[in-house]
Amino acid sequence: MEEILSVQGVNVYYGAIHAIKDVSLTVNEGEIVTLIGANGAGKSTTLQTISGLLRSKTGDIRFCGQSIVHLPSHKIVERGIAQVPEGRRIFLQMTVQENLEMGAFTRSGGVEKDLERVYALFPRLLERKKQIAGTLSGGEQQMLAMGRALMSHPKLMMLDEPSMGLAPILVEQVFSIIRQLHDEGTTILLVEQNAQMALSVADRAYVMETGKITLQGTGAELAQSDQVKKAYLGG
Amino acid sequence: MNRLKLDRSLRRDYLTYAFVIVAYVILQVFSGTKGFSPTLRGQLVPICAYVVMAMSLNLTVGILGELSLGHAGFMSVGAFSGAIAAAALQNAVPSPGLRLAIALVIGAIFAGIVGTVISVPVLRLNGDYLAIVTLAFGQIIKSLIENLYVGVDAAGLHFSFLKPHITLAQGGRMILNGPMGIPNIGKISTFLAGFILIMLTLFIIFNLVRSRAGRAIMALRDNRIAAESVGINVTKYKMMAFVTSAALAGAAGALFALGQNTIVAAKFDFNTSILILVFVVLGGLGNMFGSIIAAAALTILPEALRGFADYRMLIYAVVLILVMLGTNSPQLKGLLKKLVPGKKGEEV
Repeated sequence: MEEILSVQGVNVYYGAIHAIKDVSLTVNEGEIVTLIGANGAGKSTTLQTISGLLRSKTGDIRFCGQSIVHLPSHKIVERGIAQVPEGRRIFLQMTVQENLEMGAFTRSGGVEKDLERVYALFPRLLERKKQIAGTLSGGEQQMLAMGRALMSHPKLMMLDEPSMGLAPILVEQVFSIIRQLHDEGTTILLVEQNAQMALSVADRAYVMETGKITLQGTGAELAQSDQVKKAYLGG
Repeated sequence: MNRLKLDRSLRRDYLTYAFVIVAYVILQVFSGTKGFSPTLRGQLVPICAYVVMAMSLNLTVGILGELSLGHAGFMSVGAFSGAIAAAALQNAVPSPGLRLAIALVIGAIFAGIVGTVISVPVLRLNGDYLAIVTLAFGQIIKSLIENLYVGVDAAGLHFSFLKPHITLAQGGRMILNGPMGIPNIGKISTFLAGFILIMLTLFIIFNLVRSRAGRAIMALRDNRIAAESVGINVTKYKMMAFVTSAALAGAAGALFALGQNTIVAAKFDFNTSILILVFVVLGGLGNMFGSIIAAAALTILPEALRGFADYRMLIYAVVLILVMLGTNSPQLKGLLKKLVPGKKGEEV
């Protein structure tokens, strides 16, 4: 398996606060890698640093062999990293279809075909394609945010807490779609607080605590680890 | 459906164009008759200028979603650069129409340049901070122009800052006299020029809004983080909207200035910025048709109320409050929806 993303020795500060400390991680092509940890551990900060919304003071981030650490966020999207931001940030005043079309903003052509693919993955969105996005339910909005990210043909899709604020049945649905995307060959970096669900789909996982990566291994290994069980899986 | 929606918004654009043309023809025909008061005739050019001001500010506030409190600053830059250009070209370009056109273009270019320069610090900010900085910008422009002296002679334009004394060659004259402003402006602005500028502004704004760039700008307004996550270059598109808005305001300023006898920098102060913002809010954020109506009505209203000199501002305030209450009432909105097809509360 080829390495697609490598983060090496990244340090990010919010003013005087040292938010992430010397974080290194890699994602290989076709994998689902998950980053789990408690609130405020620095998971989302790590994702935002990869997508160029935050800047690291040190270290390097390489994507497909090239350094992206100094690129502005829109260039990083063009390179093929799509982020599904936390809290389902969709364009509430646009229709479902317009939201999806915005996902293809960085390129032109072939939009119709991609729309078909996204609608095939999310039949619910097809039913509601003319509806204003703000009127969708929370689960539908999460699907729309994921569909929009897929529209940019990402080589790597980063999901920030896709289960946040969703009913358990919808969490199941979201994760089954993540599995399906994985089966189709999409590489995924998943940030989650729901460690149990995340570990069940992940090929490999990293555990973050107070800005540092404290554990890493395959999903199954970590699900069995006493430390993880105690801290995140309730015994 | 997507197509249908496009058609609907396009139809609204065409209705707006049609409305402006019809209004122009009617006013043009009536302005020749005896019943048309001279005061109202004198208001035609300022109305056109304020309509363009309102539409251009609506691009920043309604479409881009950033509150700018210094829009009169751009009007001022356009007014003074346009009026100086017109005065300097008095002999070189004898045709007043052509001179006016050049003045409008120069006003737009200068305001566009100033807009570009200040957009660098301003667009790093959001919300309240952006409003505060644009407010300060308006005041700074006013102070700068109040201390600027410009004279012209055979050798060309001469500038002086703070010091009012400029030595000019024989036959030279002062154009801009600091706080005294520019006197004896030729009054070359016409209602026709105002009409053309409004149509051009509509054309520029509608084309921008309906383009790929326009969707990016509105996506930024709706949700900045989502817009960034789909790869929209935030700085580029914000700047595009902001600078277009500034340049249009500059052209409006030049049109306004060249329709007056005298202009002084104090005319384009904070109150003017707020007045234009009132037009935009009253006409509806993102609604160009509304901006046209609001700017025209609220420019005429104080003049029309001149008879009640003492109560004029009182009535003005009451009208403003009534319009705001009225446009918020569900019954009235329902009625409007029935009257205007395709007006379903969506923007633009």
